[in-house]
Amino acid sequence: MNPAILEIGPLAIPVWAIVLGVGMISYLNSAAILVYAERRIAAFIQNRVGPNRVGPFGLLQPLADVLKLLLKEDVTPTHGYKKLHAIAPMIPVITALLSVAVIPFGAGLYVTDINAAVLYLLAVASLGVYGVTLAGWASNSKYSLLGGLRAAAQMISYELPMGMAVASVILMTGSLSLVDIAESQSMWWNFFVNPLGAVIFIICAFAESNRTPFDLVEAEQELVGGFHTEYSSMKFGMFFLAEYMHVFIGSILITTFFFGSYHLPFADLYIPADMNIWLKGILDVSVFTLKVCFWCFVFIWVRWTIPRFKYNQVMKLGWARLLPLSIINFMVIATIMYFTN
Amino acid sequence: MIVYLFILLAVLAIGSALAMVINKNVVNSALFLVINMVSLAGIYLLLNAQFLAVIQILVYAGAIMVLFLFVIMLLNVEDEEKLFDKFRVKYFLAFILGAAVVGQIFYSIAGVTDMLPEISSNMAEIGTVEEAGDVLYTKYLLPFEMTAILLTAAVVGALMVAQYKIKKG
Repeated sequence: MNPAILEIGPLAIPVWAIVLGVGMISYLNSAAILVYAERRIAAFIQNRVGPNRVGPFGLLQPLADVLKLLLKEDVTPTHGYKKLHAIAPMIPVITALLSVAVIPFGAGLYVTDINAAVLYLLAVASLGVYGVTLAGWASNSKYSLLGGLRAAAQMISYELPMGMAVASVILMTGSLSLVDIAESQSMWWNFFVNPLGAVIFIICAFAESNRTPFDLVEAEQELVGGFHTEYSSMKFGMFFLAEYMHVFIGSILITTFFFGSYHLPFADLYIPADMNIWLKGILDVSVFTLKVCFWCFVFIWVRWTIPRFKYNQVMKLGWARLLPLSIINFMVIATIMYFTN
Repeated sequence: MIVYLFILLAVLAIGSALAMVINKNVVNSALFLVINMVSLAGIYLLLNAQFLAVIQILVYAGAIMVLFLFVIMLLNVEDEEKLFDKFRVKYFLAFILGAAVVGQIFYSIAGVTDMLPEISSNMAEIGTVEEAGDVLYTKYLLPFEMTAILLTAAVVGALMVAQYKIKKG
């Protein structure tokens, strides 16, 4: 646990509690902001105006969306499994929120620094599959079941190259702690020394978020709505929330693993080591947030630019292209490190 | 604090294990097994074994149980028939065997005197990834490599079986 304590007058608040609180709030709000951003950017790409009626520039649109979802009728299929149908939408949201525990948002600004943080992230991400699979099964509908199974197969397939790409990062850092990984990139971002790993990781992050070009899970032409065909009202809202939170987390992971976390490029050259702690904190968090926003934008940009893959193409890309590539990348990096050290 | 957490997790583990066996719906059983594995991971955490706890969730709850669920959902298992509709020698033998196993379990539980093992501060150091990897690649290198070859052989064998059927049909 992080022992640092912030003393504001008579108050002594441990830093991890502040980070946890702010992190949670930003996670939950990220979904609302991303929904708005997605609709505006999609409209821009398609030469439309987008939502601009609710509030200034349509900024209150997410609130209107949520109000609409809350007021809708909550329908459960008569022959579905009611309990699982209700539990399934919570799982992706919970697993998404769990990841806040290990991510460093700035120098010393993290909730906890565990020895197996990278594995923890992968473990939490792998639990998220249950939500989609169970939703598909509990709806007792063929479209939902197919969507759920597709999602599970896709997520399992892309976890492997993702794990190998992360392993190549671990190899260079020599630590499984995210804090160490972030700290090691103060001079060279991992993207500069391991570009292939970065590309593989980004593709896998897109696949794990189940969005276009990998949105086989909810391909409208084939599966109506995929795993959430039978969901309505706020239960559907939970899946919606989880999807955008996963975009946000995907961006955070790309930033943390490959794009220098909270460091500016080659920060060692011009950032003084004895910088004021407050200034440093503000700089770190701003840099981190900017990078995450950029990657969120790329997620949206790709969604509205690239058409959907066919299912066999998704599987071929995962197993026949990315997995061997990531293993070769890992081996090459291991060999280079063995001979240079 | 640790004792209360242990009791909570242990009750959860045993309760979910029982529910897994008793439940008639196969998917529910599989989900109770997931809860069981997660609570076991919690007990590992109490023993300061972070790596083992995370691996338990990553491998068992995250990968293997998803495949289990996959197969169960695709197979569309019907509700099981009543076991004791008619008397058979097979069932009688199975009952006696089960009773023997339960007796052994109770006997071994009765032999336990301490509730929790001593949690020393150096246990956290032993359980790290570095330490586990160090021991795996030096002291237990041969069993480790043997397991790897065994798993590879199993995967290749499974592929062979699947491919053979396709060629024949």
